[in-house]
Amino acid sequence: MSDATQDGPMLAADGRPLKRSLARALRAQKLRALMLIAPLLIFILVTFIAPIVDMLFRSVENQIVSETLPRTVVALDEWDPSDVPEDDVYAALALDFYAATERREHTRLGSRLNYETTGMSSLFRKTGRGVDDIGEIYTDQFVDLNERWEDPLFWLPLVSDSGWLSSRPAEGEDRPLSLFRIDAEFEASFPRAAEAYETFARTIQQTDGDDPAEEEPWHLVYAALYHDLMAIHESGAGAEGLGRFDGPVFVEALEAVPGFETQSYRAAFEDIDEDWLDLEVWGTIEAFSDPFTAGYFLSSVDLQLTPQGIEAQPEDQRLYLLLFWRTLFMSGVITISCILLGYPIAYLLSNLPTRTSNLLLILVLLPFWTSLLVRTSAWKVLLQQQGVINDILVWIGLVADDSRLALINNQTGTIIAMTHILLPFMILPMFSVMKTIPPSYVRAAKSLGATNWTAFWRVYFPQSIPGIGAGCILVFILAIGYYITPELVGGRTGTFISNRIAFHISSSLNWGLAAALGSILLAVVLVLYWLYDRIVGIDNVKLG
Amino acid sequence: MDTKLPPYATFGQRVWFYGFRVLCGLIFFFLIAPIIIIIPLSFNAEDFFTFTPGMLALDPEAYSLHHYQDFFGEDGYPWLGLLIGIVVGAVLTVILKLVKGSLNLFPILIGAIFGLVIGKLTGLEGEEWMTPLRNSLMIAPVATILSVGFGTLAAIGLSQTHVPFKGAIMAILISPMIVPLIISAAGMYFFYSRIGLQGTYWGVVLAHAALGIPFVIITVTATLVGFDRSLTRAAANLGANPVTTFFRIQMPLILPGVISGGLFAFITSFDEVVVVIFVGSAGQQTLPWQMFTGLREQISPVILAAATILVAISIILLATVEMLRRRSERLRGIAPH
Repeated sequence: MSDATQDGPMLAADGRPLKRSLARALRAQKLRALMLIAPLLIFILVTFIAPIVDMLFRSVENQIVSETLPRTVVALDEWDPSDVPEDDVYAALALDFYAATERREHTRLGSRLNYETTGMSSLFRKTGRGVDDIGEIYTDQFVDLNERWEDPLFWLPLVSDSGWLSSRPAEGEDRPLSLFRIDAEFEASFPRAAEAYETFARTIQQTDGDDPAEEEPWHLVYAALYHDLMAIHESGAGAEGLGRFDGPVFVEALEAVPGFETQSYRAAFEDIDEDWLDLEVWGTIEAFSDPFTAGYFLSSVDLQLTPQGIEAQPEDQRLYLLLFWRTLFMSGVITISCILLGYPIAYLLSNLPTRTSNLLLILVLLPFWTSLLVRTSAWKVLLQQQGVINDILVWIGLVADDSRLALINNQTGTIIAMTHILLPFMILPMFSVMKTIPPSYVRAAKSLGATNWTAFWRVYFPQSIPGIGAGCILVFILAIGYYITPELVGGRTGTFISNRIAFHISSSLNWGLAAALGSILLAVVLVLYWLYDRIVGIDNVKLG
Repeated sequence: MDTKLPPYATFGQRVWFYGFRVLCGLIFFFLIAPIIIIIPLSFNAEDFFTFTPGMLALDPEAYSLHHYQDFFGEDGYPWLGLLIGIVVGAVLTVILKLVKGSLNLFPILIGAIFGLVIGKLTGLEGEEWMTPLRNSLMIAPVATILSVGFGTLAAIGLSQTHVPFKGAIMAILISPMIVPLIISAAGMYFFYSRIGLQGTYWGVVLAHAALGIPFVIITVTATLVGFDRSLTRAAANLGANPVTTFFRIQMPLILPGVISGGLFAFITSFDEVVVVIFVGSAGQQTLPWQMFTGLREQISPVILAAATILVAISIILLATVEMLRRRSERLRGIAPH
């Protein structure tokens, strides 16, 4: 041991400063504790926290529009929402739609947008069937001009990058074809046709594994080529500007295009469905073209994102605020009935001799340990119109046989069954608080002249409030997230927000909305959890 | 409140005293009756969900076991299993007798029960109730082992004197108990689909293990609260290394907490419906799932037989946990209260 009177810091036995040695020991201890906790923490983070975070992300994620219609979204940037878009937006839409139809993604996008504006799903499906006719008029005229336009092998050397062309596997060689690359020179001369051909070649390669050398290009490629040639023609550059494409076939086409019969992209879409001239359709696509959206959260509180901004849902589609309110209200009713039923029991248990109270406690713990499904099925059986409770009521004569009470598939059923299921969660925290209240206080109050009621209300009850608080928050937290019991005994009027979330996950497949509803519910629960931690402390949770 | 009514009590006090007891009796009745009442109903000979006149008259004809026969099905070889179980149990008993010198018939009984269950569950195909039971018995124990293994280690870590971010870590570890099951289920469904675990056995096991962990943490930390640190110091002083100290000193003392935590985790997984419906696929259909489907679609009286069996299981588990809790309190020198 170092001498306390010497100068400088106090030293440990090995000569190091004591402070540093202690800090080192402490650090080692901390590290050991963390090493023991780490495996579980990682496990929970991966299996539980990551899914929750994923759900939060999904509630705002909206990449489907910008992924399925990338060019349209860009073209719409300059759109004036008071008028039908320009023809180049329709051209972009045609190409996007063509590719999406080939990849069979247009119906998915249609159902996604249908959550926001009804009718989108059928519009997208109809357009998917009609879109491959757009541009056919140009194909026919090019082919009439020269049959070589029909030949995939005529196109390939013209438009392909020479490196890609030479890397093609030879006949009989078993090697996958690499992804198509467009020729830079072709792209410079014919930008629209290059984009259309590249989209065509890559899409057929990626979706069906087809070779562009064997497939006739889409009609859209011809339409794009027509527009490119017209642009060259109008600029007056003539055939000299075509670079290496000044062969006879191109020159012939360049001279013929002014006489072509034409059809605008907008007219083509109008032919398929007049809704494509509807500003609301375009407004919806525009409004949801961001990769992130608040749309799901707005839907969760009965609002909607329209081209004009945030608006309330139509009266007949408002549902979620009512459901949230019902969930909170019914959880409140259940919590209050649990207090009313639980308080006397906790009071009785904490004032009986230990042996008796331990015996009676088993009556509380048995329901606590019994499967939720067992208890729910018991109530389902008991509360039926032909069930035991109605039978007894009829037998006593309280209820006529032909007017049996409807106790199930409504709010009454949910409240009765859930009060029974959650009652132990109220009794146990109350009991553990009441056990610690010394009986001498009440006796003192009585000896000072208080009546039984005053002694209870002024002395005992205030001391039992922490138990009520703990039980209340616990029961309320558990109640607002309940799914199974409301689903089985709640019918139409007794269901909670959880049931709607489940419906959106498994039946309507509107996962974004399910995630948004879940996030709101989660936020409420986390606030209550935080309160519980502040009031009771999570370290003090007791089980039986 | 006094436990006995004093002889000088007034009429009002008497009314209050008995009235309060009657009230509590009614609430206890409300708690217990729904669970008890399905037991006789499950022996109903008819397909009704109420007491038939014959049952009320205690007519033996009105009672039958046929819902239980439907539950257990016809396949499986329980008698062979029972025989093998008894033989294995007997061999174990003999070995125990040779090793410890005391004769204990317990292993024979346990062996017989296990043999019966395993004999029943092997060699059956697509039975309506037995296949879900087998799935439950394949999922719950593995999930329990995972929860108990990770949970016990972490609880020991958390009970050290200096743990940084203890509050935050505890909040995260307890959260699976607090977050509504439908939210956990939704999140796991989305996330496990992304990583290819959705619809697999291991997806369900991992999900259930996560749900069981809070219970293990709570029960094990509770037994560690009264743990006397000088015991480990004494062991270290006598030359034991940390591993020996853990297994010889700490483990026996916290074992009751570990076992009851494990039982909680087991029952959590065994009773769980919401997560398994979303994370699992038809191949992982568990007993509660089958009950849920049955209750939602065509409610059949076999559900009552299944429920009765589950009640029996919960009574056994409750008794075990209570026994362990008292034993733990005795071991740690806390007087039962």
